Amino acid sequence: MTSQFNRWPPAFLAISLLLLGIFGIALGSSVGSTGFESWFDAFQDEIAWQIIWDIRLPRSVGAFVAGALLGLAGAIAQGLFRNPLADPYLLGSASGASLGVAFALALFGGNPFATEFLIRLGLTGAAFIGAVLAVMLTIALAQGVQHTLRLLLAGVIVGVVLGAIASLISLLRPDVLQGMQGFLLGSTSFIGWNSCALMFSVLLVCMGLTFLLSRVLDALSLGELTALSLGMPLAKARLVLVTLLALATGAAVAQIGLVAFVGLAAPHLVRSLIKAKFNWVILLSTLMGGVLLLLADLLARLLLSPQELPVGVLTAVLGGGYLLWLMYQSQNNAAVG
Amino acid sequence: MPKCHLKIPLLLSLAMGFVFASAQAVVIKDDRKVDVVIAKPPQRIVSLLPSLTETVCALGQCKKLVGVDRYSSWPESVNKLPRMGGGIDPSIESVVAARPDIVLMGTSARGAEKLTALGLTVIALEPRTHADVQRTIQIIGKALDVPDKDAVQVWSDIQSSLEASAQLVPLASKGKRIYFEVSRAPYGASESSFIGETLQRLGVQNILPGSLGPFPKINPEFVVRAQPDIIMVGDSNFADMATRPGWQNMQAMRMQQICHFKKEDANILARPGPRLAEAAKLMTQCLIDKSAPTNKAKSQP
Repeated sequence: MTSQFNRWPPAFLAISLLLLGIFGIALGSSVGSTGFESWFDAFQDEIAWQIIWDIRLPRSVGAFVAGALLGLAGAIAQGLFRNPLADPYLLGSASGASLGVAFALALFGGNPFATEFLIRLGLTGAAFIGAVLAVMLTIALAQGVQHTLRLLLAGVIVGVVLGAIASLISLLRPDVLQGMQGFLLGSTSFIGWNSCALMFSVLLVCMGLTFLLSRVLDALSLGELTALSLGMPLAKARLVLVTLLALATGAAVAQIGLVAFVGLAAPHLVRSLIKAKFNWVILLSTLMGGVLLLLADLLARLLLSPQELPVGVLTAVLGGGYLLWLMYQSQNNAAVG
Repeated sequence: MPKCHLKIPLLLSLAMGFVFASAQAVVIKDDRKVDVVIAKPPQRIVSLLPSLTETVCALGQCKKLVGVDRYSSWPESVNKLPRMGGGIDPSIESVVAARPDIVLMGTSARGAEKLTALGLTVIALEPRTHADVQRTIQIIGKALDVPDKDAVQVWSDIQSSLEASAQLVPLASKGKRIYFEVSRAPYGASESSFIGETLQRLGVQNILPGSLGPFPKINPEFVVRAQPDIIMVGDSNFADMATRPGWQNMQAMRMQQICHFKKEDANILARPGPRLAEAAKLMTQCLIDKSAPTNKAKSQP
């Protein structure tokens, strides 16, 4: 390939992303509703300390881990479907999650019995269940996971139909509307340590299993027939990868809502910087997703503080802008070369 | 402004025409800055915004309503009326079929142009502050041919009721700092919202300054940092408030200084209409309820 590839050794990129993430988390614990505020002042003040430890730190770590889940899911989706436009929400998990949230919000504060149950489950639980059920529905409609095109189409159908039902609920119950909108635009405001731990364990499991299957993804990038002729266990691998995709996306969406573009942009960014095998792409997309969402969250908190921008709006603007720039650049390069 | 000048001759002639046709023709400037001519006192009214429905009824014109939006729920009698969609999705067809003399709707509602084009008289009003509520009562009163003094009476009743509520607020509660949550994103009601204005009338403070806009989406840590004395919130948002990171240690949460309002009450609080005074009563009751335990809690340690 041309010289513009591989100017970054993968390991170097991984370490820089990791450092950037740590820097972002440190910064994130000092940036909040009052603007910049250093850690050292906080040691004297109990409330300030509580804000850093209970709110800012889990929120920053959570943003990184959730972004990482989306980056990982994006890399899996683009590898599995061999389509650069594939994103984590493609199997309907996004609209499934919003339907779950719409249901939960509509039931909140109504029947005391239902409310009691819902508090236990939480909005995140409802969103996760919704996301998983939606993916199961997609797989059922596609009659299994082996037919990629059918799976994509079924995902679109499930997405549209469930999204429509969720919109209907919020139209009939206007008090649900603002809560729904908050979910649709994504927010890291309410991530606590428990959520962080949960997402992190899901991330570890998903990453580990995807690493094991990275050779299948490498082979798939050469085409389905080639992969089969190389003796790859394609059928089994697909089933596992779709499950991982759903799990990673569901875990992220449940905690932070529908954050746009991170899952789509992270793998693209990685591939624009390096040309490597899938094991590196997976690791780097995961880190890249984390860094992207973390930085977006920092900006979202900082720009209008103490007000807050929905983080999904920022990821869409930043991610979209970068992809556009990338597209123009590759066009220009093509014209020159 | 130049636009208005251009319109005036036309409107004048229109208005004059109506004056000759009927002595009672009135011209009203609504919140779209459109001059609406009402030829004769309307007998059939459609209202597509709950606060406007309530205003019509507060002016004693409830029986003239022939249709309301699906969210209007007060007074009881409007629940029997045909529903004609909501603010976002008014059912143009059923509104037209009801043959109203006048349609009241919010400025943010869709369909005003369509309904006007179909020959209906549309008044778009969207009260957002106390002053807006007063103005809306006057405008609707004028449009429905309610005697001026009745409209004034409705507003002064609200005012005296607000005053009475303010008198009932315990001295210990004056100056308390309140966080009023509107929805779970979280959006709060700041000093510049009508809810904030009511709180101000009751002599309590708001942790959200008016400079943030009426209903700002805030960073949840702002509330923890501000440590409000009392939190006011609707039942549906209160449900899982304690699970928000860092919130369970907040003074107000630990001391149970939270008022959560029932769904019906939340409607009263959320609508800038003639039930402002009732909303103030609910808030006052909250302040009374929460003033006693605080004193105890304070004397204990």
